[in-house]
Amino acid sequence: MTPVTPDVGSPYVDPVRRDLMHRKARRDVLVASASLVAFVVVAVVFVSTAPGWPTVQELFFSGESFSASIGEVLSAFWLNVRIFLIAEPAILVLALAIALVRGTSAPVMFPLRVIAAIYTDIFRGIPTILLVLLLGFGVPALNSDGITNEPLVWGTVALVLSYSAYVAEVFRAGIESVHPSQRSAARSLGLSASQTSRYVVLPQAIRRVVPPLLNDFISLQKDTALVSVIGPIEALRQAQIDSSFTFNFTPYVCAALLFIALTVPMTRFADWLNARAAKQRNAGGSA
Amino acid sequence: MTHPLLVVEQVHKAYATNPVLRGIDLTLDKHEVVALIGASGSGKSTLLRCVNGLESIDAGRIVLGGTVEVSALDADLDVVRRRVGIVFQSFNLFPHMNVLDNITLAPRKVLGQQRAAAEITARDLLDRFGLADKAFGYPDRLSGGQQQRVAIVRALAMDPELMLFDEITSALDPQLVGEVLDVVRELSESGMTILMATHEMAFARDVAHRVCFLDGGVVLEQGTAEQVFDHPRQDRTRDFLARTRGR
Ligand SMILES: Nc1ncnc2c1ncn2[C@@H]1O[C@H](COP(=O)(O)OP(=O)(O)OP(=O)(O)O)[C@@H](O)[C@H]1O
Ligand SMILES: [Mg+2]
Repeated sequence: MTPVTPDVGSPYVDPVRRDLMHRKARRDVLVASASLVAFVVVAVVFVSTAPGWPTVQELFFSGESFSASIGEVLSAFWLNVRIFLIAEPAILVLALAIALVRGTSAPVMFPLRVIAAIYTDIFRGIPTILLVLLLGFGVPALNSDGITNEPLVWGTVALVLSYSAYVAEVFRAGIESVHPSQRSAARSLGLSASQTSRYVVLPQAIRRVVPPLLNDFISLQKDTALVSVIGPIEALRQAQIDSSFTFNFTPYVCAALLFIALTVPMTRFADWLNARAAKQRNAGGSA
Repeated sequence: MTHPLLVVEQVHKAYATNPVLRGIDLTLDKHEVVALIGASGSGKSTLLRCVNGLESIDAGRIVLGGTVEVSALDADLDVVRRRVGIVFQSFNLFPHMNVLDNITLAPRKVLGQQRAAAEITARDLLDRFGLADKAFGYPDRLSGGQQQRVAIVRALAMDPELMLFDEITSALDPQLVGEVLDVVRELSESGMTILMATHEMAFARDVAHRVCFLDGGVVLEQGTAEQVFDHPRQDRTRDFLARTRGR
């Protein structure tokens, strides 16, 4: 038997084995598709034969109501997107600042450390919707000059406060997950404490927290709907209005579809990043 | 008058209630290579970490170059660390940077060198230690021996006056130990002052000008390799050497 010497870059696979593997892969796809079709058929039959189905179809999935309200709900949804786009960077900056303050050890920073700890305790403890209500109705009641009464602003601020307290903890966990020997190594090279944070600890910490951060982003995209409780007409509020005019719930389904359309790409991206991180960890472990 | 490069005087250090160093005296002249030997837990790593200020001490003095008191409460440790390089058992390369960036980070940020200048120095050092083709590799793609050599180069790039090596071969597979020891040997031949904790007795005998045996928190015995290895005066040194040979 002649030894097979594969050239570098093209791994050698036994042709018989490869053939078997391809056949198995085809069979797996076939089984998966058949099982999916069977499941869908059962589900459709079950739902469509339920006695209340025609009513549900009319109330929630009315084509007429859908085309009547989708335009309005969609333009209201633009407000959700804008709230998200403004809140998210503010959250990241604030959360990182809080995490960094909490990680310092200098005595001068003591008051800031206390404030940061109290901040996280308070804003992580209050339900987000309650915070929206408190700020949205509380601040205008102050009647002070120079401070806006715009509910949209205070709703967004409430989201920023609530989420930054959460995200700060995510950052902090990431920073603490970097092994202390990395810090020792950096300090022993003469880097100062802040240079060590900036060039050695943070880059590693942030890489590790990207997947959990994306999760929080997704959650925030949905929670933009919470500002509706103090008045701004975003997608949920618009759907509510449409629905109360027509006595039909389809506008809510419109809003739901829009939220899904926004969050699904982000969810897939987070999954992909997670999978990639897991693969890198495995590769690093075997190296 | 020339003073010793490093003076360690009656240094005490405890972790909580565990006294690790109990009156260490040690002097290193310029160009001297000194090996620290001693049982596991005898405080070799602790002493090295105290010398470049990674740990604070409880009593005594550590003086660098006759003038800089490392142990002073108000010492500028960043200045000390610029002059003293340390290499750890576990390499501790920065995993998110390639080899070149690992090496040039401190020269650029601490010494304020331009990137181009820092990279020239780095590439020269990589060349010198047979790592020229690894400049753009990431640490997790290097063998343990290569990673450790990069860690040595990273410390050398700061042009230190004193190098501390803390059992830099003990995390390596046996066949990789040689390449790292060769680097240390070359450094000692080029006149670098070295204080190294090691379990490699044969290597210590070969390269060290002086061997110090750490026991019970003090330097129990020191002398040339022949004196300490072949004619130990203390029973405890004899016991320790017998045990390491037994392994
Ligand atoms: N950060 C720390 N906190 C508490 N105790 C410590 C710490 N570092 C070291 N010790 C203790 O100090 C003692 C000396 O440890 P050290 O690492 O200096 O010994 P060593 O001589 O380097 O040993 P080895 O040969 O195993 O590396 C040990 O008892 C160890 O448990
Ligand atoms: Mg040790």
